[in-house]
Amino acid sequence: MRVPVSWVADHLDLPSTDPDEIAEAFVRVGLEVEDVHRAPELTGPLVVGRVQEIEELTEFKKPIRFCQVEVGATDGGVRGIVCGARNFVAGDLVVVALPGSVLPGGFAISARKTYGRISDGMIASARELGIGSEHAGILVLPPGTAEPGADAQALLGLDDAVIELAVTPDRGYCFAIRGLARELAASFDVDAPDFADPAARVEVPHADRPSWPVRIDDAAGCLRYVARRVSGVDPAAPTPWWMQRRLLAAGMRPISLTVDVTNYVMLELGQPLHAFDATRLTGEIAVRRAAAGEKLRTLDDVERVLDPDDLLITDDSGPIALAGVMGGASTEIPETHEPGSTADVLIEAAHFDPATIARAARRHRLPSEASKRFERSVDPQLPPIAAERAAALLVEYGGGMIEPGRTDVGTAPEPRPVRMPLDLPDRIAGVRYERGVTVRRLRQIGATVELETGDDGKGLVVTTPPSWRPDLAAPADLVEEVLRLEGYDAIPSVLPAAPAGRGLTAAQRRRRAVSRALAEAGHVEVLPFPFVGDEVWDGFGLAADDARRRTVGVLNPIDADRNRLATTLLPGLLDALVRNRARGLEDVALYHIGQVVLPHAEPVAMPEVGVAQRPSDAEMAQIEAALPAQPVHVGVVLAGDREPRGWWGPGRPAGWADAVEAGRLVGTACGVELRVTKAEPAPFHPGRCAALRVGDWVVGHAGELHPKVVDALGLPPRTVAMELDLDAIPLTEARPVPRVSPYPPISVDVALVLAEDVPAAEVAEALIDGGGELLEQVRLFDVYTGEQVEAGRRSLAFSLRLRADERTLTNEEANAARDAAVAVAAERFGAVLR
Amino acid sequence: MTETVDLLDPSALERAVVAAEKAFADAADLAALAAVKPAHLGDKAPLQLARRQLGSLSRDERADAGRRVNAARTRAQDAFDGRRVALVAERDARVLAEESVDVTLPWGRHPRGARHPISQIADRIADVFVAMGYEVAEGPEVEASWLNFDALNFGKDHPARTMQDTFYLAGTAGGDSPDSGMVLRTHTSPVQVRALLDREPPVYVVCPGRTFRTDELDATHTPVFHQVEGLAVDKGITMAHLKGTLDAFARAMFGAASRTRLRPSFFPFTEPSAEVDVWFPERKGGAGWVEWGGCGMVDPNVLRACGVDPGVYSGFAFGMGLERTLQFRNGLPDMRDMVEGDVRFSRAFGV
Repeated sequence: MRVPVSWVADHLDLPSTDPDEIAEAFVRVGLEVEDVHRAPELTGPLVVGRVQEIEELTEFKKPIRFCQVEVGATDGGVRGIVCGARNFVAGDLVVVALPGSVLPGGFAISARKTYGRISDGMIASARELGIGSEHAGILVLPPGTAEPGADAQALLGLDDAVIELAVTPDRGYCFAIRGLARELAASFDVDAPDFADPAARVEVPHADRPSWPVRIDDAAGCLRYVARRVSGVDPAAPTPWWMQRRLLAAGMRPISLTVDVTNYVMLELGQPLHAFDATRLTGEIAVRRAAAGEKLRTLDDVERVLDPDDLLITDDSGPIALAGVMGGASTEIPETHEPGSTADVLIEAAHFDPATIARAARRHRLPSEASKRFERSVDPQLPPIAAERAAALLVEYGGGMIEPGRTDVGTAPEPRPVRMPLDLPDRIAGVRYERGVTVRRLRQIGATVELETGDDGKGLVVTTPPSWRPDLAAPADLVEEVLRLEGYDAIPSVLPAAPAGRGLTAAQRRRRAVSRALAEAGHVEVLPFPFVGDEVWDGFGLAADDARRRTVGVLNPIDADRNRLATTLLPGLLDALVRNRARGLEDVALYHIGQVVLPHAEPVAMPEVGVAQRPSDAEMAQIEAALPAQPVHVGVVLAGDREPRGWWGPGRPAGWADAVEAGRLVGTACGVELRVTKAEPAPFHPGRCAALRVGDWVVGHAGELHPKVVDALGLPPRTVAMELDLDAIPLTEARPVPRVSPYPPISVDVALVLAEDVPAAEVAEALIDGGGELLEQVRLFDVYTGEQVEAGRRSLAFSLRLRADERTLTNEEANAARDAAVAVAAERFGAVLR
Repeated sequence: MTETVDLLDPSALERAVVAAEKAFADAADLAALAAVKPAHLGDKAPLQLARRQLGSLSRDERADAGRRVNAARTRAQDAFDGRRVALVAERDARVLAEESVDVTLPWGRHPRGARHPISQIADRIADVFVAMGYEVAEGPEVEASWLNFDALNFGKDHPARTMQDTFYLAGTAGGDSPDSGMVLRTHTSPVQVRALLDREPPVYVVCPGRTFRTDELDATHTPVFHQVEGLAVDKGITMAHLKGTLDAFARAMFGAASRTRLRPSFFPFTEPSAEVDVWFPERKGGAGWVEWGGCGMVDPNVLRACGVDPGVYSGFAFGMGLERTLQFRNGLPDMRDMVEGDVRFSRAFGV
């Protein structure tokens, strides 16, 4: 909402006219200032001119006019000025910046040769003068505004600053000068008579008959409908400059007197109005919902198919307006008219249900100035006032007369009184306000306030909110009014004594440990978006029935090609990997810890739950069941060198083992030793993939990506990855009791020859199982295939460290333990000592 | 006999000592020294042989000759020891010099990793509040509309719902039915509701998490971002408590000179509501107020929807964007750096 300071000042004796102080006063009471447009920096000579002659120059790429403009005797009488705009005719009053003037933005005007003529000044547009964004043509002043040669600077009101405010959705009344003047009065603590409600200035005379027959068929959608008729209006009458000036400053384009008047009254009071051409109305007006398939051509010349939820204004011809959103083309007041003809205007001022208008505006993507106000609720007492004000302005500037009748059907909702303990604002703020503050502030916002004594003997405030404040429905709403008007600065800073906490949960501590472990081990954390396209699963080589293809769709994605929520962290990580490589970073190790979204195979419907009380346990359970599973996963991807080459020697490329090791590292950080077994799911290389298990339960996979996946996704060759479900790893509080023997160990090496497809991890397990208590550690130190062993077999060399708890181990005991260990390996896998 | 006499003769002893001193002095290194040692100090050396000859002398002669031999022998030994010390020192100096390296050579054999600054700041904030007795609460990113909106006092058609630029989600029941009752959470506030539904008051929780709004990615917006939300519900909680908590939070994040300022505003789930500005001494372009987040007293309607009696309990809530906090705290010009995953960005923040 753009607020010209002069407009507010019409209704309020401002203690300061400094735009910054006014902006600050708005901020104090909760209006966000988006910008302060100070009076434009402009120096004259800036004068009113009258166009006498127009010479059309046609020899250039675009049509150009060379105009003779009368600028008054003191400024040289008539000057020749080149102009590119075409929205004026001879005789029009325009604004001329004479040589020597400087327009906003440091734009200095001088006499210069252009288009083959000397241009002795410039005819200015509204934007060039810093009074609005209008630049479609030059500014044409209404006839009679002033004589040529008059100083345009004061006339144009160029000393007026405009404050641009953001209005929160609860304060519909602040979309008008009326509401803003009241807020400003309260902020400056100015009361009557220094503040006067602009609505109260409008006299609404009694009328004893309707001006047009109107029937409300949908009382839920339309609560009140007022119509006032003005006949004999000159459709060509210009809008007075002061009104145009304010519309421009408020960011609206002056169009015609009728349109400008309805917009002006809307900006001033907050009531959106619509003007019908009464001569084009047929029969009774009825307000009703649309029938399925009904159509309406709106003012923007678009034919709209209506929804049964749309609220319509209709007459015997059918729909004539989409209520509260946009009028129809068939009853519009025509832009062109016969000379000497008059217009017969029916002004509509209605009160519509906010939700109905909100839905319609959204459905038809028509966020208009009217719908913006209606959906935030408009004062239901305004319709007759606003209609009267508009009718009076029309008559004043367009001639004609107000027809005697007034239609006023339906009933304005009455505000309900709110009862509140007198000390509630003090208790919520933590402040002892002075006596009488609560009542005074509530009266300042326009409420009717009475004091009562409650059954417990304590004071009660009974507040009837003003009709324009439907947001004041509960004691907390009134508390806010008192607190904000008294100023949030009055509230002290006190730290509450929170109860003794229990610290982070085990799961939270664990997630931090995992993150830190991965980072310490050289991985860099990234936070990719969860959005993917379905085709990524084809790239991953997932089977048609793979559960990871079952995704939740985003109805309004940012990128239409990424409209699903990922079921795995890998696509996002691989995107980041590719981006790093594209930026010349060859060696990349990334990780991400985050939720994935796994919809259930058998979906559960989301229940309808009310807000009057806590949902039942069954309702909560159904909400949880309807939501997809969203476990926290850990993902890692690596490409390039894991260890770089350097003066110490060559680099070591990241390989499948680094991915598996990342999985083990996560396990260790969780206090769990993950078991590694062979696996081959997509998108992994079937020969280079490990399942990561807790016991027998698979919690994730790690290894090299399948070469087809690498090709399909444009990844660096031999990219490796790991992903596991962190939530699937049980939270165990490890309480280890290590026994540390002080006696010397005996180390024995054994080389076992066995089939090459026996996993080394299982051989090590066999040795551990067979070695008994004396076997302290088993470490694989060599893997050999080649001439020394037969084809299809390999040699695994293990170092066994043996030690006794309470004595020095003898060689005989060590050998016996070694033999026992080897025996189990021999028994399970046919291993023979080499 | 003559020979023996000769060996014990003072001039013979002197010759032997001089010969030894010269031989030792001439030895160029420890090996050469060791090589010449037997000839002058060994069993066959003249001085050793002279000592052996002492037994053949008379008692009177022996004492005198013995002193001479010992003195000669001590001189030879001292010459040896002195030379040896010199040669060891020389050897040590030479070898250590030879073994010296360029210690400025880079290592970097184990590349550094890093945690994302957003994770770090989230942890830091959690720690600040945990130290004040708060718990850290979490919730799902795909959230029930009831929790994201309805329970937070967003009316069904209220413009506040559209203010949030929500990502709407398709139903998972086969087709993409529009009314799934689920959204990508637009704020971490549904976690407040979950916290109140899960716990009996008093409730003091802080909820860091990832949130979603349909903003196009640019220097100051990202559709996927992070918030941290705080909630306290207890008997007698006032707006002064909210202010005290925000001030403590600001000091923990921006230094002891920091503080907060509240401006009236509107959020459906708080009443009264306020915007929070923070005084940031190190602000780019000079100390000043920076918009930081939103806050307010929990709306009684929210307490009721969570089964908490607003007649007994009151509460406050506040929320901030982590990307924004990080952006102005560190003076980062472009939010895109936080989401693109370039390792150079995160590495600057370390582990």
